[in-house]
Amino acid sequence: MQKRMSGSTWMKAAQALLLAVAVCFWTGAASDSARFNNLSHRLMCTCGCAQLLGECNHVGCTESGRERNELSAAIASGATDDQILGSFAAKYGVTALAAPPTKGFSLVAWVAPFAVFAAALLGTILLVRHWSLGRAAASAQAMTPEMVALREKIRRETEAGADGGV
Amino acid sequence: MAAFGSFVLLIALALAAYNLFAGAVALRLIATGQPARISPERLADTARRAGIAGFVAVTGAAFALVWLVFANDFSIAYIAEHSNRALPAAYKFAALWSGQEGSLLLWAWLLGAYGFVLRLLHKTDVKLYAYAGTILAGVQVFFLTLVNFVAPPFSLLRGAIPDDGNGLNPLLQYPEMVIHPPMLYLGYVGFTVPFAFALGALMMRYPGEKWIKITRSWTLVTWLFLTMGIFLGMHWAYAVLGWGGYWGWDPVENASFMPWLTGTAFLHSVMMQERKGMMKSWNVWLIFSTFALSILGTLLTRGGLVSSVHAFAQSSIGNWFVAFLVIVLAVCIFTYVLQRSHLQSEQRLESLVSRESSFLFNNLVLLAACFVILWGTLFPILSEYVQGTKVTVGAPFYNRVAVPIGLFLLFLTGVGPLLPWRSTSLRAVRRNFVIPSIALWGTLIVCLVAGVKPWHDGSFDAGNFYALVAFGLSAGVFTAILSEYLRGANVIRKQTRRNLFSAMYLLIRRNTRRYGGYLIHIGVVIVVVGLAGSAFNRNSESELTLNSTMSVGPYTLKCVGFTQDSNLNYNSEYALLDVYRGGKKQFQMTPEKRVYLASQQPQTMVAIHSVPGWDLYVVYEGTNPDTGNPIIKAFLNPLVSWIWAGVIFIVLGTFVALTPNLAPATVALRVAAAQPSTAEAAVRGGD
Repeated sequence: MQKRMSGSTWMKAAQALLLAVAVCFWTGAASDSARFNNLSHRLMCTCGCAQLLGECNHVGCTESGRERNELSAAIASGATDDQILGSFAAKYGVTALAAPPTKGFSLVAWVAPFAVFAAALLGTILLVRHWSLGRAAASAQAMTPEMVALREKIRRETEAGADGGV
Repeated sequence: MAAFGSFVLLIALALAAYNLFAGAVALRLIATGQPARISPERLADTARRAGIAGFVAVTGAAFALVWLVFANDFSIAYIAEHSNRALPAAYKFAALWSGQEGSLLLWAWLLGAYGFVLRLLHKTDVKLYAYAGTILAGVQVFFLTLVNFVAPPFSLLRGAIPDDGNGLNPLLQYPEMVIHPPMLYLGYVGFTVPFAFALGALMMRYPGEKWIKITRSWTLVTWLFLTMGIFLGMHWAYAVLGWGGYWGWDPVENASFMPWLTGTAFLHSVMMQERKGMMKSWNVWLIFSTFALSILGTLLTRGGLVSSVHAFAQSSIGNWFVAFLVIVLAVCIFTYVLQRSHLQSEQRLESLVSRESSFLFNNLVLLAACFVILWGTLFPILSEYVQGTKVTVGAPFYNRVAVPIGLFLLFLTGVGPLLPWRSTSLRAVRRNFVIPSIALWGTLIVCLVAGVKPWHDGSFDAGNFYALVAFGLSAGVFTAILSEYLRGANVIRKQTRRNLFSAMYLLIRRNTRRYGGYLIHIGVVIVVVGLAGSAFNRNSESELTLNSTMSVGPYTLKCVGFTQDSNLNYNSEYALLDVYRGGKKQFQMTPEKRVYLASQQPQTMVAIHSVPGWDLYVVYEGTNPDTGNPIIKAFLNPLVSWIWAGVIFIVLGTFVALTPNLAPATVALRVAAAQPSTAEAAVRGGD
């Protein structure tokens, strides 16, 4: 009972800590300049320079200045980030967005890397387990208690030394 | 000279074709033991000699093109397009790789040079080298076919010969562009050599792992060239493009990074094969993939499939590369299927927590990063095919997807060396991980106290969060590597009674590969710290009148003049800015904008003042057309110089890893039988 109470206390403390961190992270609205900086790095300059709107520095670029003004006006009008990005995509085409949207087929762009990474990670863990289990079974069959003791001694000695070599 | 160039290119193609054909026939005869009128060994040697002669011929062609550039022979279309009379001499060399035809010729020449060295060293293992040489000849036939028939560099200009050429692309008129492309090409082309050895070894069912030892230096040198090429490209982008950054996840940058990732994975996993006889198939496919990605990168950037600020030569040549890539993959798959029984591995691990499994995870992460970059680079094409619209996959995508993977890789960089081979005990984990963990958490706390917080203006700031994690991990990894050095040096110090520095030197010399590798890891950590600094970049833009000022970070920039200059190659405008800090004048900067006369293209020349803490990076953006005053953009980019410092460690570490180990001295001592401890101590001392 005492143990359960202790676990519950720990759980509550962890929840409080998480809440505090979340409050620190997300409390308050971002300032207009921070939103401008953020959004201008999520949009492309449409002059064809292949640079982010917030970083386009072409001498005499006809697009970036006007688009930055549009972005500032949209932020000042109180539109949400999604509304602003949507309006840029509607006006200049989806290529104005610096990253694929998270809907429709474009969602695949975001999902695939994580799915592949997760599958590969799982596969590697299973492979390592399979190989190590195979080894354990083979070792158990082949090794006498003397050999096991000798191997343990070697392991201790090699762990103590540093210059094992790669 | 143009006729000579064209002629020797044809000769080179004929020689490469002979090398391929005669080499293949000879090796087939040797493999089957069939009787023949000519000795297969002699036939193979004639093929080898043809390869050497082919290099001489391609060298002649490259020399002819450079000669024609210096002679301002604008009757040659390539030279009229990529050079002009006023072009400085160093950049006339750069004209060799500034266009499609010239860069393909450079590729063929470098491949010839690698082949030349390889064929001279054939006595190391005559048969394996014969296979590798023949495979290299096959690749060379492809590139020489391109420069002879698809993109010939000596084509004559149609119509009237102009008095002057169009000049070199202004972006290329920067000192680093004289060395960056050759370095990158040495890396790309160089991976053909380990590819040829791997394919050759598989074809001939090479016994044992000796081929890996033979190719190790080739792979490391190639990897070094590619690494240097990538970083030189970053520095060029930083100093020339004028947007304040060095890496924009541009398709050309990605194309160079992908083979680097698989090549790095190969350099790690190949150790498993050498030590444990494991991952044989995996290693073969890693090196096949690295070569294929080099070709794919060329296809992506030259075939016009993707656009890039770095792509200076695009055409419809992509179809040829697609065909070549298909042939390469077909040969690789066919050979693998035919010979896969030769790649039976032992595939045994003792523990999930061991050096072996850390190599597996390291490979997984490197390949995952490679997949993310390939996926992001190709997704616009896929999207256009599927939904009819080409989406942009830019920096925000990679920052969200690739950066976490990169941080995980950094974590493994620290963990891997701390794990012993085979398996580890809880005691060893405790001993090895306590100090790095303290360094990691200590750094995190210090950073948080110093104001590096993962939120900004009340909202979560991913850049700051990643920077915080990167700083913490870097401290942990650095401490882990340093403790490895110190632990080893202490053992030697006790054995030999040397001082610590001398012991550390001896430690490195005894196992150059391991400790050179650690030095490379330290370089990577320093680079990561530099990259993380970008989360705190600041900038300011202002139109300056005479004696007016602007501020960025601790600096105040005062405009003390703006003027114009001109020479035969370009006109320039620049501002003279006195830089003050704490009220005292520190130095002067002259950001510049040039307009090149031949091409009439503008180009910024950024002024950079670099100190260990940050770079003051000043761009002359142009003049206000209404007032005529200069518009200056100033950036304060923290820790950028750490990136370039990290590269020095990487280069140094690679050189150390390439150095042969110091063989333990075997000192003959006259000792009495009753005193074995003296002799034993001498031997244990190593030297």
